[in-house]
Amino acid sequence: MHEVGIMMNTLEAAEKAARTSGATHIHELRLRVGRMTGVVPEALEAAFEVVRQGTLAAEARLTIERVPASCWCGRCQEEFVSEDLLSECPRCHELSGELRRGLELELASLEVS
Amino acid sequence: MCKECGCGIVGEVGINGQPGGQVSSPLVHDHDHDHDQLHDPPHPHGHDHGTPPHTLALHQAILEKNDRVAERNRGFFKAKKLLVLNVVSSPGSGKTTLVQKSAEALTGRLRVGVIVGDLATDNDAARLRSAGVPVVQITTGTVCHLEADMVAKAMSQLPLDALDVLVIENVGNLVCPATYDLGEDLRVVLLSVTEGEDKPLKYPPMFHSANVAILNKIDLAAACDFDREKALANLGKVSHHAEVFELSARTGQGMDAWCAFLVQRHATLRQGSQLGCLS
Repeated sequence: MHEVGIMMNTLEAAEKAARTSGATHIHELRLRVGRMTGVVPEALEAAFEVVRQGTLAAEARLTIERVPASCWCGRCQEEFVSEDLLSECPRCHELSGELRRGLELELASLEVS
Repeated sequence: MCKECGCGIVGEVGINGQPGGQVSSPLVHDHDHDHDQLHDPPHPHGHDHGTPPHTLALHQAILEKNDRVAERNRGFFKAKKLLVLNVVSSPGSGKTTLVQKSAEALTGRLRVGVIVGDLATDNDAARLRSAGVPVVQITTGTVCHLEADMVAKAMSQLPLDALDVLVIENVGNLVCPATYDLGEDLRVVLLSVTEGEDKPLKYPPMFHSANVAILNKIDLAAACDFDREKALANLGKVSHHAEVFELSARTGQGMDAWCAFLVQRHATLRQGSQLGCLS
């Protein structure tokens, strides 16, 4: 059952946006999911198969862009990719708490008609 | 509805034992919309006359609704000059004892009110009430975390004008509450020595999102073979920006520094809002 909730919220927002624009079909949903959100793309895909039934997106494609996490190193004045939350700058080994990317959970765009 | 575990698809949220509305299900809500914007409308026509294929760029946060309500809460709390804490931890880390002992220790300095969330029972509220603390219990049913609109509904039952600090004691869970902003000033995460030193590494999003980390039950450290240095190092890795307090809510050890911190933060908040009024 993980990620069912997020998919329902996403479809609700997508249907609302599609209808507002006068569209009757959603062909593709594009999501951006940050690595630090704890949301698993495979689980989102499985949930999508279930919750899209009977919606404007019943035959839509789901595309998930996984956004890597990155931190800002104040000393080097540079962003670095962080594999986990133990974010140590690879150049100067300073710890950074400034997460710049990785917490995205976003309905980026839709293909509709 | 929780994006982490899908809880709360159905279920009634209660506030002090009264139905609080099905606040978390996207299927049931209280806003209005036009006939042509029904969620599950019968197909209105026998032919297809949509629009030509095109892209809709949205860039919409999926938890936007909760974030919006949280910001509204934050503005309301600021106007009331309330210092608001969102207290999170695993079940059994000592949230309720900390809240109760803090409220007692702050008597005469700060007036504390509490919103407490649990799946069921009002045991925590009863404990706090018997200690003389104004309290509202939210029973979330199947939902594993508090959401901003539950807090918005519950706070109307507290004498907010007679309070300085509002403590929101979240549901015991180190996963899902991390994602839900309630409008708090400070997110306070508890780690008790009985849980082991590596909790921050196992649940990084929660510890990372905290402004304050409290190491609780330090009176039991020796009995648990607790490695303090290791725990602090792990906390430092994941939440190095957080202010750390080591205390035992039960014995009172370390509580002075924690209470002094709250007094100071409340004074800063009041001063800030006064300056805001002048400018």
